[in-house]
Amino acid sequence: MLEFLQQLINGLSLGAIYALIALGYTMVYGIIMLINFAHGDIMMVGAYVGFFSIAVLGSNIFAALIFAMLSCAALGVLIEKIAYKPLRNSSRIAALITAIGVSLFLEYFTLFLLTPQQRVFPEAAFPLHKYQIGGLLVSNKDIFIFVLAVILMIALQYIIKRTRTGKAMRAVSLDREAAILMGISVDRTISITFAIGSSLAAAAGVMIGIYYNTINPLMGIIPGLKAFVAAVLGGIGIIPGAMVGGFLMGILETMVSGYGSTLYRDAVAFGVLILILLVKPTGLFGKDTGEKV
Amino acid sequence: MLEVKGIDVYYGAIHALKGLSLEVEEGSIVTLIGANGAGKTTTLKSISGLLRPKNGAIMFKGNDISKVAPEKIVGLGISQVPEGRRVFSTMSVLENLEMGAYLRKDKKGIESDLENVFTRFPRLKERRKQTAGTLSGGEQQMLAIGRALMARPELMLMDEPSMGLAPLLVKEIFEIIKDINARGTTILLVEQNANMALSIANRAYVIETGEIVLEGTSEQLINSEEVKKAYLGG
Repeated sequence: MLEFLQQLINGLSLGAIYALIALGYTMVYGIIMLINFAHGDIMMVGAYVGFFSIAVLGSNIFAALIFAMLSCAALGVLIEKIAYKPLRNSSRIAALITAIGVSLFLEYFTLFLLTPQQRVFPEAAFPLHKYQIGGLLVSNKDIFIFVLAVILMIALQYIIKRTRTGKAMRAVSLDREAAILMGISVDRTISITFAIGSSLAAAAGVMIGIYYNTINPLMGIIPGLKAFVAAVLGGIGIIPGAMVGGFLMGILETMVSGYGSTLYRDAVAFGVLILILLVKPTGLFGKDTGEKV
Repeated sequence: MLEVKGIDVYYGAIHALKGLSLEVEEGSIVTLIGANGAGKTTTLKSISGLLRPKNGAIMFKGNDISKVAPEKIVGLGISQVPEGRRVFSTMSVLENLEMGAYLRKDKKGIESDLENVFTRFPRLKERRKQTAGTLSGGEQQMLAIGRALMARPELMLMDEPSMGLAPLLVKEIFEIIKDINARGTTILLVEQNANMALSIANRAYVIETGEIVLEGTSEQLINSEEVKKAYLGG
């Protein structure tokens, strides 16, 4: 039982990270029906911005987080304007292929710029402490990641449910033409969606830096794919679904590593994807309405 | 107030509106009747900017609005009740109404318009927290009308407000349209239900395959043999 609880705690921080990334996938899909495969790489850029602001500028972890989130918000908006906007009226497969192109561009441009060398997240920015609580081992990293992720998710829910901008985002995702008739600018709404989604990914990138200690230009691929699975698991386009899906994926992964073997954890993640697509393609929170006409 | 001057609208290669012209005088109810696919919705979508005419002009209060961005049109004083209601299904009734006032900044004015909508449609007030998708067809139509009213429009474009509603509700909706007009909003009404539309309109146009084929006062059209035969089941 203790062992199980320990794995659960380990899984929560990883799950929080997946949930933050999954939110970006699901928000972008909700509004322009695109799986933004570059999303994991935006997370990687966020990790690097966080790394450099700590290692070079000497900023503390919070300043690094904010800096990473702002930079990636701008990056996300830029990517949408340059790569996706011109394809808005093309077929969805064209945009999807472009997203893969953007993903490769970000990966290999970073490799070119910064070399493939791993970089170690400066320990000084976040000194590790471990606490024994009733036989359970909890680190300050786990707590920091979990609490911060939950705060960000609450902030996101507030924006989407309560603010004028958030309501406009929901309106555009429900019925673009009707939203235009209300006077809502679709371009602006899409930009805001990319900005928010990308900044959440950036926060996740900095968290991964803290969590795994090392970062590299290809670090966005696997967590990006797992977060995508998490978004599909919860029901793509559904925001609470992405949160729950992210936590489930994180917990599942640590359970598999803990009780089975680390070797299987990635296989299990993608096994989950296959299983959902077979059993309930709309995801846990999805309604089986099919595409609306 | 509104003058559509010889617009040509295309869907790809299909010539949907062929030099269509019509005029809506301030304070009036004008109806555009015609069969399915004649170009009624296309006409409204052109006015609200969702479709771009290739030629011609759309004058609203003296300015050509045919090149204005669609999301700017509502700010000029034209709001639309779209075909099939198009309410935001997973948003609450109240949120739908708030979206209608999206561009407005006058908090007090919005509050009082919201009260007016709730007075006009008490059922919407009862269900203000409910999501729009759970409302009945008639209630959704009322919500779509209320949402359009929240923009405080000078001109309201209504696309088939009677579609899919029971006869009693249709009557109610038309009473509401008359009342909205009596309080100063000009209305351009698109309908397949020619009988009802002509009964409340001042002027009417008949559209066939993208062209106006008949126009006149409602009395003239009600008594016209062609209209009787083709649209009034007589």
